Amino acid sequence: MSRILELSASELVSKIRTQEITAEEYVNKCYERIKEVEDRIHAFITLTENIALEKAQEIDSRIRRNEKVGTLSGIAVAIKDNICINDVRTTCASKMLENFIPPYDATVIQRLKSQDAILIGKTNMDEFAMGTSTEHSQFGPTHNPHDLDRVPGGSSGGSAASVAALETTISLGSDTGGSVRCPASFCGIVGMKPTYGLISRYGLIAYANSLEQISPIARNVADLALLTECIAGQDNKDSTSIDSGTQNLKNCLVDDVSGVKIGVPEELFGIGTDEVVSKAVWEAISKLEGLGATFSKIKLESLEYALASYYIIAMSEASSNLARYDGLRYGLRLDDENYDWSTAYSRNRDVGFGAEVKRRIMLGTFALSAGYYNEYYLKAQRVRTLIRQELSKAFKDFDLIIGPTMPILPFRLGEKLLDPLEMYMCDVDTVIANLAGIPAISVPCSSSQGLPIGVQMMAPALREDVLIKVAFSLEQHLKPDLELKV
Amino acid sequence: MSEDKKITKEQVKHLAWLARIKITDSEESKYAEEMGEILKYFRKLDEVDTEGVEPTHHVVDVVNVMREDEPEIKPAENILKIVPAKKDRFIKAPRIV
Repeated sequence: MSRILELSASELVSKIRTQEITAEEYVNKCYERIKEVEDRIHAFITLTENIALEKAQEIDSRIRRNEKVGTLSGIAVAIKDNICINDVRTTCASKMLENFIPPYDATVIQRLKSQDAILIGKTNMDEFAMGTSTEHSQFGPTHNPHDLDRVPGGSSGGSAASVAALETTISLGSDTGGSVRCPASFCGIVGMKPTYGLISRYGLIAYANSLEQISPIARNVADLALLTECIAGQDNKDSTSIDSGTQNLKNCLVDDVSGVKIGVPEELFGIGTDEVVSKAVWEAISKLEGLGATFSKIKLESLEYALASYYIIAMSEASSNLARYDGLRYGLRLDDENYDWSTAYSRNRDVGFGAEVKRRIMLGTFALSAGYYNEYYLKAQRVRTLIRQELSKAFKDFDLIIGPTMPILPFRLGEKLLDPLEMYMCDVDTVIANLAGIPAISVPCSSSQGLPIGVQMMAPALREDVLIKVAFSLEQHLKPDLELKV
Repeated sequence: MSEDKKITKEQVKHLAWLARIKITDSEESKYAEEMGEILKYFRKLDEVDTEGVEPTHHVVDVVNVMREDEPEIKPAENILKIVPAKKDRFIKAPRIV
């Protein structure tokens, strides 16, 4: 494998700009690596080699002519397959959208293109982003690069595995209840769900609008900051996007945590948390304390109800969002010559959707239906308010809240597939940030038997700077012992 | 709200109709069982006193973002290209009556 692939995005940008290497040479190396490992990893659903190489050649020739190039000039970015790229198949890992070719770019894609990033391919995921393992893909599962018998996490499993396995340098996922932090943790890399509204959702195929954010994934904190800066900012195509001013995250890449106040809620170490995970996270906290941060153990009682609240809201929004898939304007359409419209739609949806998607649509339909709306949906939204209130109270005393990203180590393929509730339980620590709309990051902090462990940090809305700063320090002082198996 | 509230096969059938998902008779009992178990977990929220608490629909305090009502013309061909069944420039719908 070429050493070029191990370089960080900023190192690559500078080498490409000074013509030490060409973008074309680097992109070719990425595809060589992809071809070498994909039969074992399966991180991609669609590769966009021709488009990527054409773009790389264009960047190289602009550099040779001394023309201006963007901040991500020549950098390979893998894109989760629920983010639309004009004229490139976008499947959501579903049979429903197996042949869907969007006629437009998502706003994040426009921004990446304008910064001269190279879109290398579309990555595997749980169907419609519903899952924690990427096993719910209708295109087959992705494998963890640190142990091929284990899941990479989900739902952005392909985006995380491709970055970890050095098939690409950075990637985009989406995070509705942990879908970027979970696979980042399981694959031993960095993933951040930004503040709700920081990044435009235009062109992200909707699952649960009030919870989800397009989210960056990288092998190091500096690359993550660089990618976040490129895609953040208000967009008139997404009325929930916010004007946050300039996100100057590169300035936060300093190894200094003195005076940072950390809250450690005991609820994040609840029943079901693996002891090796707790131990690793506490070691990271002690490390930060040694570097000048202070911490206190706290209680945030509402967090115990986050998971139930999250799933009710996510499923309700999903049942409404996915009502659009009738097979008429786009998507899977079976021959319906002999059926009335209602049966025709039902058949398209039966064949097009996988088991987990149907389960969530059914449960969401239930939670929104007459007689149950108050008991489930509205109740979950009231609990969501209590969680937000308790967190904002805690953030009066603390800069950060720290706990595990995932309560357990990466599990074996198939291990939790037959028990949906057990799979949902894995999201217990990540859903909190989505309910509250606050930013959260997962950083590798340790390993156990070669399997990565991630520590999760949450900050108040729009305080990505604090997350990046503390994550950067942790990265300088913790070097988990990890080895790729591909 | 009783603890032992179960999902019946009839309810599953009704929900599947509402959601326009075709399910078979054998799937009905499987759904009933699975959904029952998940809903039982959701009822954990009954423990929380939410009297007088406003629901959160949205975490960002933005309201009614307006823009000028100016049409943006895009070629219809790009959109028609992805329609699975069409006649000329029209989308073919299934039989309504």
